[in-house]
Amino acid sequence: MRILKFLLRKEFRQIFRDKSILAMIFLMPTIQLIIMPQAANFDVKNVNLAVVDNDHSTYSQRLITKVSSSGYFRIVDASPSFKQALRSVEDNEADLIMEIPAGFERNLVREGSQKLSLAVDAINGTKATIGGAYLSRIIGDFNNDIRLQWIQPGRFNDMTVIDVTSSNWFNPLGEYYFFMVPGILVLLLTLVGGFLSALNIVREKEIGTIEQINVTPIKKWQFILGKMIPFWVLGMLIFTIGLAIARFVYGIIPVGSLVTLYTFAGVYMIALLGFGLLISTYSDTQVQAMFVAFFFIMIFILMSGLFTSVDSMPPWARAIAYMTPVTHFIDVVRMIVLKGSGFADISRQLLYEVGFAIVLNGWAILNYRKTS
Amino acid sequence: MGAVTLTNVTKTYDEGKVLAVDDVSLSVEPGELFGLIGPDGAGKSTLFRILTTVLLADNGTATVDGYDVVKDYRAIRKTVGYMPGRFSLYQDLTVEENLTFFATLFGTTIRENYDLIKDIYEQIEPFKTRRAGKLSGGMKQKLALCCALIHKPTVLFLDEPTTGVDVVSRREFWAMLKRLKQQGITILVSTPYMDEAVLCERIALIQTGQLLSVDTPQNIVNAYAGQLFAARADSIPHALTEIRQFDPVRSSYAFGDTIHVTFRDDNEQNQQQLTQYLQQKGHTNVAVTAITPTIEDRFIQLMTKDTSS
Repeated sequence: MRILKFLLRKEFRQIFRDKSILAMIFLMPTIQLIIMPQAANFDVKNVNLAVVDNDHSTYSQRLITKVSSSGYFRIVDASPSFKQALRSVEDNEADLIMEIPAGFERNLVREGSQKLSLAVDAINGTKATIGGAYLSRIIGDFNNDIRLQWIQPGRFNDMTVIDVTSSNWFNPLGEYYFFMVPGILVLLLTLVGGFLSALNIVREKEIGTIEQINVTPIKKWQFILGKMIPFWVLGMLIFTIGLAIARFVYGIIPVGSLVTLYTFAGVYMIALLGFGLLISTYSDTQVQAMFVAFFFIMIFILMSGLFTSVDSMPPWARAIAYMTPVTHFIDVVRMIVLKGSGFADISRQLLYEVGFAIVLNGWAILNYRKTS
Repeated sequence: MGAVTLTNVTKTYDEGKVLAVDDVSLSVEPGELFGLIGPDGAGKSTLFRILTTVLLADNGTATVDGYDVVKDYRAIRKTVGYMPGRFSLYQDLTVEENLTFFATLFGTTIRENYDLIKDIYEQIEPFKTRRAGKLSGGMKQKLALCCALIHKPTVLFLDEPTTGVDVVSRREFWAMLKRLKQQGITILVSTPYMDEAVLCERIALIQTGQLLSVDTPQNIVNAYAGQLFAARADSIPHALTEIRQFDPVRSSYAFGDTIHVTFRDDNEQNQQQLTQYLQQKGHTNVAVTAITPTIEDRFIQLMTKDTSS
């Protein structure tokens, strides 16, 4: 125990003497949590629209005005022909083309129906689909307006329409950063915990200090615990800083209990440190460890459900997603912070993390040898 | 039984492709200052790593202090002191912190064994709050030695402790080793410098993983076959090529500002014949004198015999 205490004292000393690591630990979460949620926003705004008006009638004018006043679209181009409008899409100036055919007003009045064409630039997937959907909705609205105007109220009720009204639970305003901030918090914890632990032991290998340590009677578990505890503490500290930023900058107050949240974070950190340790036992240089850790953490983050929904992935991808500790933690942080889930609700995810912690650490300890 | 024994130890790297240590048997007596002398890549560090239990041999057995390096590795790690060839202390900890740290790992304190390191530690004590990474080469060496000694080891392994250290520090370092030996510590030291070999009680010459000779420095010099001559001339490089063409000469190599020469048959005329030969070739200031060989000469002799046979 005395030896372990000394090892810990040594590790903390080294960490606090390394200015760049210290800056990373405290500045990274602060800056990233303040910048990223503002930038990584899924709300689609400023869709660039090219309009081809072949009719030049009152109704076509009304439609265009309605679209432009919605706030989602910016009319960047008004071309006389579709061909020319397509050019602005090719030049990346417009995302959508709305073509109003000749005789739009006449047909609408005389025959009671008319067709419109929308062309969507699908290079930017989200912007295109969501923009297209917005535009369809606005046109649908416009359609309703004129029907109200034209058809006698008595006859209008003949049509059966299901009107859908939805409300957002746990995040009433559908605020984007309400679910982004907890996710990014997990990401930060993963970066700091995964990289620092992987690099630290490899550094001892690279500098050669491990050779001197290996010849001492120090036990394997003492050495490994001496490495893991400081990073665990740092991870929890970052988690706390992150929660504080979420509280004071975004006004996100965890609905669920902090005890549940911290318990889960604690187990998650152990799993993550096991991952870092495992990488370090297989690498000989810091560059090697860095690349391997980068490879895995990249997969962890992209497949974690932070940006995309895990449920809409193909089955094989979902299997991979469930095999990464990050996925479950993001899930749970959102559940606890936004929904107020308790222990019973997250027990399955907690079991996953415990499993990861045992497998990764066990593997790493088996693979760590004092003798080669 | 010796303090350190090696019996038919073989170690290969890269799945048997690189032979690092080839069937080495050796015994070091308790309290001896033993030198392992050989060029870089001869297998010195590999032997040290096997003896300090951080590397497993492919074949053969080794003991330190009577403990087997494989079975009783725990006991060995408690009793030996090891100073790796590379400086391997924490550069971001201070002198004092490093020393305290290693003392604690061995379950002891600086005060407990202070008498052992006193002479050495006093020299670096003025810098005890300085980080180890900021010390000079000689200082680092002394600190590393202190750290290796702090738990009062019975056997001390020093892997090339003087490589990259200035001449004065090297001399000081050897003086320190002499004093440690008086405390009864068995010391195994490896070095690529032949001039340090004479400072050991016994040495083993090692080359490409094989021991060429194990004896006292004096005996190794005495075992030199034939008479050695040193030839001088104004133009050493030219003289060397010409001496190599001179028939009675067995071997010749540049040694400092002279050429060391041995002859196929030792007879009285050799010296004179060589002088005349060089003068005929137009060399000026020619001098050929008989000299006593050094360990390096013996090493070269053993090496060339090894490759020619």
